[in-house]
Amino acid sequence: MTEVPQPPHKRRAHTSTRDLERYAGLFAERTTVMRSSAMRDLMAVTARPEVISLAGGLPDTSTFPAESLAAQMSRVAAESAAAALQYGPTEGFDETKDCIVEVMAAEGMLPDPDDIVVTTGGQQAIDLVAKTLIDPGDVVICEAPTYPGAVPVFCSYQADVRQVEMDAEGMRIDLLEELLAELRAAGRRPKFIYTVPTFQNPGGVTLSLERRARLVELAQEHELLVVEDNPYGLLRYGGEAPAPLYQLDGGDFVIYLGTFSKILSPGIRLGWVVAPPPVLEKVVLGKGAADLCTSTLTQFFVRQYFAEGGWKNYVGDLVGLYRGRRDTMLAALAEHFPAAATWTEPEGGLFIWATLPEYIDTEDLLAKALRSDVAFVPGRAAYVDGRGANSMRLNFSGVTDAEIREGIARIGRVIREQVELYETLAPGPAEVPSTAAPRPAADEADEADNVFPLRKAGGANG
Amino acid sequence: MKVAVLKGGRSLERGVSLRSAARVEDALERLGHEALPIDVGPDLVKRLRAERPEVAFVAMHGVGGEDGTAQELLEILGIPFTGPDAAACARCIDKVMAKAAMRGGGIPTPDSFAFTQTAFRELGAADALADLEGTLGFPLVVKPSRGGSSLGIKFAGAPAEVPGALVAAFSYDDRVMLERYAAGRELAVSVLGTEPLPIVEAIPDGGDRYDFEARYEIGRTRFVCPADLSPTERAAVTDAALATCKALGCEGFARVDIILAADGPWVLEANAIPGLTDTSLLPQAAEAAGMSFEELVERILHLAGLQV
Repeated sequence: MTEVPQPPHKRRAHTSTRDLERYAGLFAERTTVMRSSAMRDLMAVTARPEVISLAGGLPDTSTFPAESLAAQMSRVAAESAAAALQYGPTEGFDETKDCIVEVMAAEGMLPDPDDIVVTTGGQQAIDLVAKTLIDPGDVVICEAPTYPGAVPVFCSYQADVRQVEMDAEGMRIDLLEELLAELRAAGRRPKFIYTVPTFQNPGGVTLSLERRARLVELAQEHELLVVEDNPYGLLRYGGEAPAPLYQLDGGDFVIYLGTFSKILSPGIRLGWVVAPPPVLEKVVLGKGAADLCTSTLTQFFVRQYFAEGGWKNYVGDLVGLYRGRRDTMLAALAEHFPAAATWTEPEGGLFIWATLPEYIDTEDLLAKALRSDVAFVPGRAAYVDGRGANSMRLNFSGVTDAEIREGIARIGRVIREQVELYETLAPGPAEVPSTAAPRPAADEADEADNVFPLRKAGGANG
Repeated sequence: MKVAVLKGGRSLERGVSLRSAARVEDALERLGHEALPIDVGPDLVKRLRAERPEVAFVAMHGVGGEDGTAQELLEILGIPFTGPDAAACARCIDKVMAKAAMRGGGIPTPDSFAFTQTAFRELGAADALADLEGTLGFPLVVKPSRGGSSLGIKFAGAPAEVPGALVAAFSYDDRVMLERYAAGRELAVSVLGTEPLPIVEAIPDGGDRYDFEARYEIGRTRFVCPADLSPTERAAVTDAALATCKALGCEGFARVDIILAADGPWVLEANAIPGLTDTSLLPQAAEAAGMSFEELVERILHLAGLQV
């Protein structure tokens, strides 16, 4: 055999136990809440090619025409190479902001471009807002369940995260009011309310117009900030779009987060924050400290892409594609999930949230499902307090119809096995909810009551 | 020397295995060996035949890697490998078999009962649960028979929690074990060849049990090595560990997990392929014995019967 010469590279000499202890002694307090988990290890298995993964949150980028990408990037290279390879302004290019205004206008919003800062994806938008507003111990309110990617952000700033239950109409504003009163009585003022009001991740539900109005009213009344994270608003497959919180409020108490990830590409890492000027100023300073500026190259690409005027058509194509996949998944759930399971029926977005009988722990179920080469996100990731153990998030945008049907059939099979086993172990009608037919979660408040960590005895953990 | 590093595979502990292997590969290169990383898959035999490594370093954990499957193939191909032989691996990975071997060797191990799903589905084993719970008492521990890293291990504090714990444990294996809960200090004795290394005590932060997450995360669990034990305690724990290795036929290396209770040591299990990650116990024990990670890897290769 011929030997392939290895490029010379020096690898770090390995850390000894003493080094580990020394590093651990240097870690900031906040790292103690930055946790990796068994889940991350299970996810290492989901990456294997034979696994049908309903665990991702991926848009289907295969539909973006390669020749179009090539043409636009060529134009950027030919016309603006030097500028596109240079640093840019921290708050982003005006031309990028014009594109953002266009996207927001498509949902009825008219932001002042000066109120916008372009960020490295929507995730940085969350991070910058948190960095600007959260001191250790500050209360942040979000939905239960909440976007799993927001949890580590809030935790890394040592926020005291409180979660408010949702039902089919989104966050229960009555419960929010109770929480606000409780906090007020304790002399605590929440820094902000983080919400994904439209096609919530992971819940799949949308905050009703009536509740939106009340939420904005509460924010104004109590001078609270609401952070509206809206990555999926344009991916609507049915129903009427309620006005965004930003539009209802006019931008005084609502900070708006947007992204190009789901309407164009997550790989370009372009998102944005719209905030009142005093907040924006701090966000921009934080952004400068974090990474100086968002990629100029991808900003030039987006500018070029929008100049060609076809972006809405592409979103239209995605909507058609994802609508079909959502319908496929809903049909598959009805066919394969047991009677005791419930799930949301989203009018848009990328996710369905399914809830199983309370004795099923979806982290263990995932281990079993992986033996059948299928994966999902266990619900606990969407809570800060161990709830969500019997729920799961299912993604339908990044997989084909055939994969959805097969994947849901396999998950249905492993759930049925667990249900049957439980029934032989714990006979007694009270323990096993069994309704006649699969029912979508008409009232998530009921199921939320069932969301308790199963593994509480002795502090046990898997 | 050309050393194949077997890693990954389909085990649920794939991620841990990849981290163990990365560390071993680094060490091998620093020792001047040629490391040949192999993520174990359907082409394993073909690759081993084509590459003809002089030895295989098995850095796989959990079902598929630590259970003797890969070792069996290596034996057939005539490639020497690190760690215990296929038979010992098969005994260690299966807690039920390991228990039987330990009891046969007179080693103190907590009382337990094992059931297959079939026993519940077809033989009405659920009706025997109450008797069994009476014997073991509460809390009791429910474990999948095969698997490592605490995955699927549940504690039931009351009868009502047993069915849920069983359903969870059956997610990982078709046979589960219900075990009497032994309360005490959590110790790990790593054995290299027949030589015990300094004993490690795991003290989880915040009183959590030593669970999967604490096990692989820097700063979540405090390890004390050597553990603060009286000479009598140390002797009792070491004797139990060596007897366990003997009873299970572990040669090369292994890690024995022991609870030191008021009434003496109770052996929980032996790991045929202990983790070698940054936070794993075997490397820590080796270091406490004055052995660098490279020296540890060298020793492990020696024990595979090679002059290196």
